[in-house]
Amino acid sequence: MRDTVASPTGARVSALGLRALVLAAISVAVMVVDYRQQHLKVVRSALQAAAYPLQLIVQSPFAAWEWARSELATHNTLLTENTRLSREVEQDRLRLQRLEAAEQENVRLRALVQASPRVPDHVLLAEILRLDLDPYRQRVLINRGTNHGVQKGQAVIDADGVFGQVTNVGPFSAEVLLISDAAHATPVQISRNGLRTIADGTGDPRRLTLPYLPRNADVKVDDVLLSSGLGGVFPPGYPVGRVTEVRRDPSQPLAVVSAEPAAALDRDRDVLLVQSEQPVPPPAEPAPSKPPGKRRDSASGASGARQ
Amino acid sequence: MTLQPRPLLYVSALIALMLSILPLPWHLDWLRPDFLLLVVIWFAIMAPRSGGLLFAWVAGLALDAFHGVLLGEHAFAFVVVAYLVHRFHLRVRMFTIGQQALVVLALLAIYQFLLWWIDGMTHHPLSNWARWLPVLTGALLWLPFTGFMDRYLARG
Repeated sequence: MRDTVASPTGARVSALGLRALVLAAISVAVMVVDYRQQHLKVVRSALQAAAYPLQLIVQSPFAAWEWARSELATHNTLLTENTRLSREVEQDRLRLQRLEAAEQENVRLRALVQASPRVPDHVLLAEILRLDLDPYRQRVLINRGTNHGVQKGQAVIDADGVFGQVTNVGPFSAEVLLISDAAHATPVQISRNGLRTIADGTGDPRRLTLPYLPRNADVKVDDVLLSSGLGGVFPPGYPVGRVTEVRRDPSQPLAVVSAEPAAALDRDRDVLLVQSEQPVPPPAEPAPSKPPGKRRDSASGASGARQ
Repeated sequence: MTLQPRPLLYVSALIALMLSILPLPWHLDWLRPDFLLLVVIWFAIMAPRSGGLLFAWVAGLALDAFHGVLLGEHAFAFVVVAYLVHRFHLRVRMFTIGQQALVVLALLAIYQFLLWWIDGMTHHPLSNWARWLPVLTGALLWLPFTGFMDRYLARG
């Protein structure tokens, strides 16, 4: 195996070492291109398409188990579930009626002040595949891809709030980076007073941090965080989380604020892909106070998308 | 030791690839050994002609695509490990199984270090001590794994 060839200079170079060197150099080149820019989008998409059948095979026993469980559910369970669901629907409908009235009023008022109208978002239902992609990152694979109109950078929500954003798309599947990933930053706004800031992921699906709030910022435990719509990835007004802890150390300029994500990041099966009609919504709301994380506001969409 | 390597090579690699994304309960996930790298190492020791560097590179690239990470990351680390194994495969073959496990431990540590290094350069935050656990589990798994492979894949 350790055959050697004589190089023109007379030095003896191991053929094995040479091959290793060439392959390593190609790897590095691929890494640099993939990291620097999106030139490999097509390659990536093709690779993802090739990987998809295998990924489906791996998760098929789990899918079959889920299917069997729902098929074999007893009459009684179905009945209770049905009752519970119809009750929920009724409550939701009631709430929706009030919401609709409020929305219409909102549209009228916005027309009065001549702010740009908000276009309703289109949604697409997707299912999360039960696969472990990476224990160190908060990412999931969903069963919708470019064939279903999914785009890179699209926002993903679940029934309770903002879930994440699409980072890679194949023809049949797409990868979603969760808002709890340590590389993800979500532009948020405190619903009580409109204070804008950034919610960073921590790698823990039950915790976000708000690292850019000054010590005297008006933030309290149980404040609701909504997506602010800045950065252009997430449409404004979706719940992101709830503040769980505020610590103000007099010796530190910034407060230590933690929040709990609204979405069930580690328990979901189904998610919604949101396609906002406006790619970059204009900053319509007046900001009551200057956001400390302002510089990162505009970059956060991109930083979240970088993977 | 004669082998019928090609089909076996691909089948084992595919199975290892699938094991790498098999859903596991939360805590086991952190312990998951790098199955595919073990397959690459085994073939590099036992059948270096068919389980060559190119095979290692393709396997690594497949892993990148499968997990949707930076393309070339695992491919690079795989090639480095495969090169080291090839360089010393005749010697490693003569080792006792315990010594082999130690060699594998070192190789896995190098592999994990390379990944950690690349992660750092590409600004992946968050990596804690738990990422070194697969090095240990992988070396431990080497004992049953090589027993199994020797028994069923290597004839003679």
